[in-house]
Order: sequence, then structure tokens, then C-alpha cells
Amino acid sequence: MVNAYTANSICGMCTARCPIQVHVHDGKAQWIHGHMETSLKGALCAKGAAGIALEEGERPRTPLLRVGPRGSGQWREATWEEALGHVASELQKSQALHGQQSVLWSDRNGPFTDLYRAFMRGIGSSNICSHSVSCDINVHHAGQAVLGWGREATVFDFANCKHLVLQSRNLFEALAVSEARTVGKALQQGCQLTVIDIRTSITSAKANTFLCPRPGTDYALNLGVIHTLITEGLFQKDFVAQYCTGFEELATFVQPYSAAWAAAETGVSEQAILALARSLAKAAPHVIWHPGWMTSRYGDSFLVSQSAFIITALLGGIGVKGGFVPASSAKSVGKVPLQRLSALYPAPEPQRADGIGTEYLAFDPDKGLLHKMLEAMKPGARVPIKSYIAWRHDPIQSMPDPAAIKACLDNLDLLVAVSFSWSEVVHYADVILPLSTYLTRESIIAHKGGLSPQFFVRQKALERTDNTRADWEIVSGLARHMGLDKLAFSSVEAIWEYQLQGTGVSMADFAKNGSVSLCEGAVFPAPESLCFGTPSGKVELSAAGWGERTGLPSLVAYQSPQRPPHNAFRIIFGRTAVHTQGHTMNNPLLAEQMPENLAWIHPTRAESLGLASGQRVEVVNARGESAGSLPVFVTEGIHPEAVFMVHGFGQKHPKEALAFNKGAADNELLAHGLAHHDPRGGGLTMQEHFVTLRKVEKQ
Amino acid sequence: MGYTMQTNALLCISCKACEVHCKVKNSVPKALKLGVHLQLGPTLQGEKVSLQNLYMPCLQCKEAPCLSACPTTAMRRRQDGIVFIEKTQCTGCKACLVACPWNVPQFDSDAGVMRKCDLCRDRLDAGKLPACVTGCTMGALSLDKADD
Repeated sequence: MVNAYTANSICGMCTARCPIQVHVHDGKAQWIHGHMETSLKGALCAKGAAGIALEEGERPRTPLLRVGPRGSGQWREATWEEALGHVASELQKSQALHGQQSVLWSDRNGPFTDLYRAFMRGIGSSNICSHSVSCDINVHHAGQAVLGWGREATVFDFANCKHLVLQSRNLFEALAVSEARTVGKALQQGCQLTVIDIRTSITSAKANTFLCPRPGTDYALNLGVIHTLITEGLFQKDFVAQYCTGFEELATFVQPYSAAWAAAETGVSEQAILALARSLAKAAPHVIWHPGWMTSRYGDSFLVSQSAFIITALLGGIGVKGGFVPASSAKSVGKVPLQRLSALYPAPEPQRADGIGTEYLAFDPDKGLLHKMLEAMKPGARVPIKSYIAWRHDPIQSMPDPAAIKACLDNLDLLVAVSFSWSEVVHYADVILPLSTYLTRESIIAHKGGLSPQFFVRQKALERTDNTRADWEIVSGLARHMGLDKLAFSSVEAIWEYQLQGTGVSMADFAKNGSVSLCEGAVFPAPESLCFGTPSGKVELSAAGWGERTGLPSLVAYQSPQRPPHNAFRIIFGRTAVHTQGHTMNNPLLAEQMPENLAWIHPTRAESLGLASGQRVEVVNARGESAGSLPVFVTEGIHPEAVFMVHGFGQKHPKEALAFNKGAADNELLAHGLAHHDPRGGGLTMQEHFVTLRKVEKQ
Repeated sequence: MGYTMQTNALLCISCKACEVHCKVKNSVPKALKLGVHLQLGPTLQGEKVSLQNLYMPCLQCKEAPCLSACPTTAMRRRQDGIVFIEKTQCTGCKACLVACPWNVPQFDSDAGVMRKCDLCRDRLDAGKLPACVTGCTMGALSLDKADD
């Protein structure tokens, strides 16, 4: 008799974590689609559908201990007992020698991190870091500066929006299915879409208006819009009077930045800038000027995000339908929150190796400055980092200058990688602790804030057939070896029971679709109850409070970006809907869709370099090093100063046959890129680099 | 009567979920596709960006050249108009592929038989929609049933 069933779970192919249904036949996944009983109604992107290929794919399937030099790919297999015991004793040894705080943990944040934070509290280190310096730290801090709301505290109400501006947000390719569907519906209902990008993305193709500024001049464009809104009296005067501070300072500051000035600087016409400001004013207050997601781009990317918040605030799009809305949580809707696992241990006295709390007073320790943590691995650091657990996170592939990163890692006593797939850091690690695939592991219960807060949980869809372990098993195992008895759970059910204490929710409540709604429908705050976490308690249009905390002026004069040297290009990277960063290139179903990346260049540049579409080029960084070769794609749809490529290709470790040496790796092009971050936001300046193209003669 | 597939051009984002859902649900081997997503663009046309999208499953032609080309009785039509391959009768001769103006039938060299889109007739019979329609990221695909 064939055993067939449909399991509810949560997709793990990217960080959107869509609810899914997995059709299982004889212990194998046959097909995965979005959960029919949710707003997805079955929808799931190509990556999600391709998730079944993970099961048979090349990945670490048993714990491995390094036997050759770092990065040599020489391993021996170990039992879990041996591997966890080894990690525990090495951590304890290192902590005894270099202090409790010498252990660093990094992950990509998200809803399941409570368990990890509990472990780090248990071992007494405050050195926890997300990937944020190469992603969202600038926009997170810009929200705090203007509204006092961080990224997780802010919801974009796309469903009711009447004019959406997407800047630093390729919404239909850096794809979260539910969000994309909501925006799609809004567009069908007549929401205007303006896209600001240096190339013709899929998202730009959906726009009513596409603006293509010179790379690095977005701040000028935004200042021109602010100038227009103020000088033409197009802002929402009542909202500004009631909820905002700093308007006079802002008005004085933008005086030199007219639309005509912005046009000369950006290459976007004055008429287009004026028309955008006027069109936004017509749609106000139901407008969203998206402040971006991956905003670790230019030296002024924080200011670009800050100006996006300011524009939306001037238009009154704060706390209203169709604008930015504060996220509701279990607590705010009157429910008992999940019992935190991290409450099992007291927080250690912070001794951050990245300088947050000492050198950087404004920045959020929940995000952290990972490039500064890497620096603290070098000899002579005030707080030295000697052990590093990279949890489902590959700093070598996601941050600039892999050679420089490896030089930092070489100072470590212990490098542990926990991952369901091979990656550059996994291949460089001393110990590999293989995580089960998302189809074969359960999660702790997560809380998701938003318009409709909920609890959700990932259930395993299949039984594993390899020697991998779920997150909770690895953390509980390490806890047991390190004498952290309270965290040494023996079953996931015991963890769920702990988390749900007092909430009135039971596991049976998750049976329908994997989540439990904490309120009926969407929650919009009453206008009188709007509150802002800024020092003044108001929307700070001049970001004055943030300026005090960073010790830097908050309304900052525009500086024109450097033009590329002769025959060089500014390197710009981005996403495609068929790959997730660097971890899907070896998936056969997705490699078939896109086996390598392309170098987008403008026809005028192609002509002067004698290049045509399909010609292979090597991309060369400022040190003269090649980051791999890829075909050229000649298109009018990119600014002439830039070369664009999709991120995640050019893999250098040989463990994934379909990904090895396919295309070029943008992060290798960012020579010395760990050295510079945006002083106001903390983001690395990953698009402040120039590269050249070298024809590959042998085709 | 017959079925037609519609692609909502405003909603479609060229994400290729249709192709991958089809491949996974129907266990289609590497390099073969039963349905193809056609994409032109994005290209800059003046100040606008142009993108054209069309998902092309089998059209289930009313006068289907594949049906008459099949030298065995493998290629068959159901009452509802769906043209499908009875694989026990298929010799993999490719006559259907040669006859089809859209190159829909594909040769599965592992199994030695032809494969073609039958709009997931197993799912239709169970009151569900084809995998490409159900899985479509944006809800851009729809299947219309026409009585004539």
C-alpha cells in the first residue's frame, strides 16, 4: 500500500518563508505549491517549486571535521556526539583563554533566532551579528531616524496604496510571493507605480513611469522631489503640523536642490521630477516611497532611505491606509506573546567586538557590524574574536572581498559552519554541522508582526534519510555538551510547550495551515494613537535625534558620485526571480533556468570596447584580479556608467558541480570593500567600486 | 468544447514558476519542458519599459496535426478536447513532434516515449487546476473552458 499524504510546512528556499503544501508519495516529495488555505491560494515561485531537488542534491549529510588546511576540502566524517563534543570543548578552551565574549555568532536574522540568542546568552557572549551590513542596515536605521520605527516595526500597506515608488527595491525579482501578489492586485486597481533603477528590471516593466538616474545620484533625485513638494506647497500641512518636527530646518536645507538642479545631476528630466512630485501629491496620503531593502550600496544610501521616509511623511503617508503602518504584535493586540527561550538566561554585560555601544552609539546591536567583527579577529583587538559560528550564513560570499575575509578568519581558533548546503564558508570551516533540509526539519514557533500578527511554525514534511539535524537538535546538543541544561531540550514538542505557556494557543491550532492568527483582519492604528520612537516622539523630518546619536549632521549636503575612470564601469549587482543569492545555483531545476549570470552593458560602451552580446568577458577588480568570466548582454536598458550582474554566481569551491566557476562573483570585485561603511547607517558601500572588462579570446 | 490558457500580461512577472511547477508535478526530465514561458524584454522603448509574456502549454488544437501523424494509437483525444499520449502505446517515433507547429511534444530519452502537456488531466479530473495555473506566483494564469 502506497503511503501518500499532503503536509503543511513553510518554504525554506528564501527568507520570505511562504506557507506551503507538500505532496508526499512513498516518503518522497512529489510537488510543492503554496498553501491553498492562505492568501497564496497555491502560488509559489520557481525557487519554492524547485525545493524538492534539495533532497537528492549535493550537500553535507553528516558532520565533518577538517583534516587538511583550511579550504583544502579535506574532511573526515564524525558522529554527532563527537562533532558537538569537539565544538563544545573548543569553545570552552577558547573562552577560558580569550574571555567569554570571544565567541561570535552570525546568522541572517529572521523569526527563528530566539533559540540561537538563548544559546549565546547561555555561554555568556554578546557578540551576535546579522548579515545586515551587506543588506538592510541602512534602511533599518533610516526608519529609526525619521519615525523611530525599525524595519521589522514598519509595514507597507501596498493593498491600499495609490502611488508606489520603488527605489532600491526590485519587488518582482527579489521576490516575496505574498507581497508581490498584493502589489499586483493594487496595480490592477489603478495604483500608480514609479520605478527608479539604473536598469530595466522586470519590476521597471510594470511601472507607469521608469526613471533611470545616473548610478549613485538617487539622493539628488529625492532632494529635488522634497524641494518641489515644499516650494509648490504640495505637502500635507495638517499632518506635518500635528505629527512632525524639523520642517523649517528641512525647508531651509533643500533650498539649493531644485528639480532643475536634480535634473542636471541625475540625468532625469526636470519635467519628470516635477511630474512625479505632483502625481504623488494627488495620491496623498495613500503613497509609499519605498525606502529600500538591500541598501548597502552607496556612501549616501542611508540618506537615500532617510529621504524616502521624509517624502512619505511630507505626503502624510504614515499611519494611514496605503502608507507606512506600525506593525502590530501579539502584545499590541492584547495577546500573550510567546515565552522567549532567551529568557532562560540573563543577557551578558555587553562587550561588543564591533564597537556598537562604545564607538557606534546609534546602531542597533540586533543587526551588528559584521565587518567590524571580522576586524576583531585580527591580533590586538580590544575585544578579540577567536571562535565563530556561522549559522546558515555565508559571509565570504555575501560580503566584499573574500580574500580579505579569509585573512580575518585565518586568525580564528575555531570556525564552525551550520548549513543545509555547501557554501564558501562551509568549505572553509573547521567543523561542518549539517542542518536538515527545510522539508525534513521542524522549527521553533515564530511570531510574525504585521497588519495581522500571527504565530507560525514549520512542520517537517518528510522524514530525513541522512545524518543531518534540525536547528533545535543542534542547539540543544551543543547546550547539553556545554552544561546549559535548561536549553538542552530533548524534543521539539517540549520547546513548543515552553513557548506557548500562557498564550492559550495549542499545537492543534496550527493544523489548518501552519499559522495562528492573533486578531481578526488587519489592524490600523487610530490617528490619535500614532506614536513614534524618536527622541521627540514625533516624525523627525530633520532626523535631529539620530544626528545627535551618531554625532554627525543629519541633513547632509549632496556630494556628486565619482564617474568611472576611462573604460571602467561601476559594478551593480541584483537579483533574479529564479535564484536566491548564492545558494540555488546548484539546484538542477533552477540551473536549467539560469546557469550563469550575464554582464549587462550599454550599446555605446559595448561599441567602444568592441563587444557584442554573447561575447565572454572576464570582470576585473581594482587590484587587477578577475572574478570569473561571463557572457556580455548588450542592452539600452542600463545606464552607460554601470555594468550589472545577478549576484550569487562565480562559486569558487568545487563541491557543487552545477555552480562551480559558473559566471562571475560580484563580491570579488569589491576590493578593500570591508573598509568603508555608511557613517550614518552602517551599511557597506558595495556599489562604490569600479571594474573593467577583458575580452576572453578563446571561446 | 475545449480549454484555453490565458496569461494576464499585467500580472505576469516572467518568474518561470509555471515552467518549474509543470516540470516538478509531471516529473519532466532535465532539458525538457512540456509548457514554455515566452518572454520578450524587458527592453527600453523611449521612456517606457516593454515586456511581453505568454505561457504556452499545449494548445489542444481542434484539428490536431499530432493526432493524425501518430502511427500508433498513442495520441488520443478526450471528450473534453484534451489531447494526451497513452504512453503504453507510444514508440517514441517523434512523428507528433514533427507534425506539431509549436514543437509541443517532447522526446523523453530516459523512458523512450514522447511527453506532452495534457493540462494535468489528472488534476482536472479531480476538480483541480493544472499545476502551472495553481502554482503561478501572481495568479496570472487562468484556464477557460469553452462549450461550443
